[in-house]
Amino acid sequence: MEKGKGVIGFGRRWAVEFTDSSASPSSRDISDPPGFIRASQDQDDSSISRQKKDAEANWKSQKAWEVAQAPFKNLMMMGFMMWMAGSTVHLFSIGITFSAVWQPISALQGVGKVFEPYKDSKVDLLGPKLLFIALNLGGLALGVWKLNTLGLLPTHASDWVSSLSPPQEVEYSGGGIPFH
Amino acid sequence: MAARVLSFYLLLFLSIAQLGVSLYEDQVGLMDWHQRYIGKVKHAVFHTQRSGRKRVMVSTEQNVIASLDLRHGDIFWRRVLGANDSVDGIELALGKYVISLSSAGGTLRAWNLPDGQMVWETSLQGSKPSKAFLLVPTNLKVDKDNLVLAFGGGCLVAVSSIDGEMLWKKDFAAESLEVQQVVQSPGSDVIYVLGFVGSTQFDIYQINGKNGEVIHHETSNYAGGFSRNTLIVSDDMLVALDVTGSILITVNFQGGKVRIDVKPISDLVGYYSGQVELLALRLGRMFALKAHQHIALISVTNEGKLEVAEKVNSAAAISDALPFSEGQLAVARVHHEDNKVQLTVKLGNDWSTNLLDETVKIDGQRGLVQKVFINNYIRTDRSHGFRALVVMEDHSLLLVQQGEIVWTREDGLASVLDVTTTELPVEKDGVSVSKVEQNLFDWLKGHVLKLKGTLMLATPDDMVAIQAMRLKSSEKSKMTRDHNGFRKLLIVLTQARKLYALHTGDGRIIWSLLIGSLRKSDACGHPVGLRVYPWQVPHHHAMDENPSVLVVGRCQLSQDAPGILSFVDAYTGSEIESSGPVHDVLQVIPLPFTDSTEQRLHLLIDTKQRGHLYPRSREALGIFQQKSSNIYWYSIETGNGIIRGYAIKGSCIHEDSDDFCFEPRDLWSVVFPGESEKIISTATPKLNEVVHTQAKVMAEQDLMYKYISKNLLFVATASPKASHGIGSATPEEASLVVYLIDTVTGRVFYRMTHQGCQAPVHAVFSENWVIYHYFNLRAHRYEMSVIEIYDQSRADNKDVLKLVVGKHNLTVPTSSYSRPEIVAKSQSYFFTHSVKAITVTLTAKGITSKQLLIGTIGDQVLALDKRYLDPRRSLNPSQAEKEEGVIPLTDSLPVIPQSYLTHALKVEGLRDVITVPAKLESTTLVFAYGVDLFFTRLAPSRTYDSLTEDFSYALLLLTIVALVAAIVVTWIWSERKELQEKWR
Repeated sequence: MEKGKGVIGFGRRWAVEFTDSSASPSSRDISDPPGFIRASQDQDDSSISRQKKDAEANWKSQKAWEVAQAPFKNLMMMGFMMWMAGSTVHLFSIGITFSAVWQPISALQGVGKVFEPYKDSKVDLLGPKLLFIALNLGGLALGVWKLNTLGLLPTHASDWVSSLSPPQEVEYSGGGIPFH
Repeated sequence: MAARVLSFYLLLFLSIAQLGVSLYEDQVGLMDWHQRYIGKVKHAVFHTQRSGRKRVMVSTEQNVIASLDLRHGDIFWRRVLGANDSVDGIELALGKYVISLSSAGGTLRAWNLPDGQMVWETSLQGSKPSKAFLLVPTNLKVDKDNLVLAFGGGCLVAVSSIDGEMLWKKDFAAESLEVQQVVQSPGSDVIYVLGFVGSTQFDIYQINGKNGEVIHHETSNYAGGFSRNTLIVSDDMLVALDVTGSILITVNFQGGKVRIDVKPISDLVGYYSGQVELLALRLGRMFALKAHQHIALISVTNEGKLEVAEKVNSAAAISDALPFSEGQLAVARVHHEDNKVQLTVKLGNDWSTNLLDETVKIDGQRGLVQKVFINNYIRTDRSHGFRALVVMEDHSLLLVQQGEIVWTREDGLASVLDVTTTELPVEKDGVSVSKVEQNLFDWLKGHVLKLKGTLMLATPDDMVAIQAMRLKSSEKSKMTRDHNGFRKLLIVLTQARKLYALHTGDGRIIWSLLIGSLRKSDACGHPVGLRVYPWQVPHHHAMDENPSVLVVGRCQLSQDAPGILSFVDAYTGSEIESSGPVHDVLQVIPLPFTDSTEQRLHLLIDTKQRGHLYPRSREALGIFQQKSSNIYWYSIETGNGIIRGYAIKGSCIHEDSDDFCFEPRDLWSVVFPGESEKIISTATPKLNEVVHTQAKVMAEQDLMYKYISKNLLFVATASPKASHGIGSATPEEASLVVYLIDTVTGRVFYRMTHQGCQAPVHAVFSENWVIYHYFNLRAHRYEMSVIEIYDQSRADNKDVLKLVVGKHNLTVPTSSYSRPEIVAKSQSYFFTHSVKAITVTLTAKGITSKQLLIGTIGDQVLALDKRYLDPRRSLNPSQAEKEEGVIPLTDSLPVIPQSYLTHALKVEGLRDVITVPAKLESTTLVFAYGVDLFFTRLAPSRTYDSLTEDFSYALLLLTIVALVAAIVVTWIWSERKELQEKWR
């Protein structure tokens, strides 16, 4: 029974209990053995499981916070890499910058997945999720900022007119030195 | 962003590639071809001794002296003299030198016969311009040294043939004698100098050939007066025409005694009208008189009587007499019969005897025979045979022997006047191009060979085969349009009024046409070709319509002569239509409109500045009238120093006008002060140039808007003294002024003075910049300057948000009347070479960076990156500027030897370079012409948009196959291993 509960606690959705666990003695056909007091045992049993659940929730929320903070390390490392890459456009810097943009985006897409294991009625996941999102957005901002410093974002007038063909002329004029 | 990415790629490419456009040795001839010509032959001297190579020495109207192989017509050697150094005569001397007299008797040179090395050169300073003769007497010797007699500039000079030393000189100009002929008395040292003083006095000098002393001088008079058309007949008789050209004067000076006889020409040839001319031929005791569309051959009897031997049509050509065995002379006469040419060699002493009578079939597109030179050889049966060198109307050169054309040279291509290009036919089903197509096996074999070459497994024989395959690639010489637009037809108009279509792949002649309407006729005495324009370029009906070109010509050289228009099909080379003589043509303005058949509208301007619209159809007229309020033209009067601008006033009002004629309205004029400025050069942007963008992005994302207008004119003027050759003005006197003028309003946008600089100026205009080349007298060096113009009135368009949503006026059509504000930036640099022509590369979309193509004085074409001529260059460019590709400023432009497009070749007598965009954006086609023709393909920024030609597809294929095989093998292997694991 204990084992079964423990297993339930660790992610099983449903389970069939083959042992009898009904609490009311009246519903039983068989009387309890002499010296067996059902009430006290039941009580004892439930308190143990509650304790277990609390510990589990605690552990989950702790883990969730840890996961939420993980992008921070990533952010620091990315920043270091970007600083190393310099501000000129070449293969290395472009690669790093694009990965710096891509990583937060893919992480944000999978926010639900990341926090799935820590989902519990007793655990409030909003805080860690928000932190996780904020940190990833920070990472994304860093990436975009880097893109901009590399000049790969169309934030200048030149980016919008560089392929603008010259305007047509209303007048047409020809001529030159006469043939000789 | 796009710009940045593009610049990133460009940087990537440029960091790999050098700035030049260098070529590997084995790439020569892959995409370029070079054709060598000599031009229209005017003198020919045969050199055909028993031993050694038989050759003929020729001099041409393009100032070329060449030695040709008599067997194949190849050039043994060739020397191209300067543009003003026209050849007066060539002779052989001592059996090993070719002596040439050129520059109207100013320069005498000896060339080594076998290899064309110059042996000596003597400059003969005459006192006065005169006729020029060269005489190489066979037996006039001074101390074993043969003399060469040259007459020029009024002086008779005897020069040693060994070292060119001047032995004696006799000046006749001082005695106001106009020398007409110089003859050596046969078998003696006496030289006769014959000439006129005034119009009536005839003088004869007998001169000792060894020391130049006058032995005897005699004069006599003829009251009727002499014209200057004279001829020597049989060493002791001068034939001349009188002033009226109706009386033939024979002057017999045998033994120094002068006897003058006269005879009216009508007595000899009967009725005639028009001009009479003595043909400059040496025919022994005969001479040829051209009168009334006939040539009369008149023989002189021993008693001095004149008899007409034969009258032939004036379309015939007669050779000089050739002595071939003791005392016998042979004269060749060529005339046309239907589409065949009759070559007759007659005995000069007895005109009724034919030595040879042959009929030769000559292509009708070669026109009439212009000149014929004969040479004899001994046949195996010891009889005399004759070969004839024939110069045709289209300037081609033919050798005729035993009734067959032995070889032909297309020397008309040495005098190209104008060039245009057309596309080739589209490849369609049913039209076989199998003549040049390879089969699969050959293709495979070729690729295997290539692969071997790439993997360095090829033997030397294979290498040779690979190289031959690359050079003869059928891909480049196909007669259909290709994907990259490399294959085109070059339509070339030559001075001989012949149109050629050359294939850009290998330079072969696809068709040629002697333009019928531009041939000599009663209405047109001396027709000349002027220009060739693309007339109809079918895009919509490219499958079933042929493009055509417009050839503009004139009846005479003078500007007011009637014009001739001819429309020629560019695929078949046949004249579709011609009109003429029509009004005179000063200018042809191709308009930017086409009618429904895609014929381009052209406005032809005549001497009264009236515009004539072509094509002459109602539809064209409708289109033109709709747009006529925005059509302007200008004319540059270099003589007066005035540029005038015109617009259309209305239909012509004079009597013989039609609906297609338009009266001009004077709009503006720019008058240059005549005493200080003379127009020496102009440049305009090319009409067909495509500009990709109007914005120029500077470092730090700064933005400037280019001022791009096709209605701009660059004019360079110089002080009158400084407009001639270098050295004619001191630095203080010389000044060069450049202008940028709007040709719609006449507004001068920009003016700049270069003190101490002078002509010649060569300029090129493209996009928003103009580059010009001139001489700086103070620095004693050539300089090149660049002017870039920017539009300041658009400079405010810098708000990103507005640009993103499209709220800007950058694409609104502009008018010259809106008075744009112009900012010009300029910079100058020294340049090593003097220049014959400058042009700029053109590409299909105008994205590729530009290169200047400079025709140097050494007759080569040099590519120079436009980035060297950038006004933003500074001594220490900032990091951002460096990144952008701004080169640090240097005082002179570098000449990188690898960037000569012509590599080891020379385009002798280079006159112009033209560029044509290919379909492939990175590539431009370059055609340089002069006496020679040269064509190549150029990618100014490397071929970034295609794989190189020698890319090994076979290697790629092999790699892919190998990889797939490896995958399959490893997969099978792993499966097997897994299975074994499971059984264990």
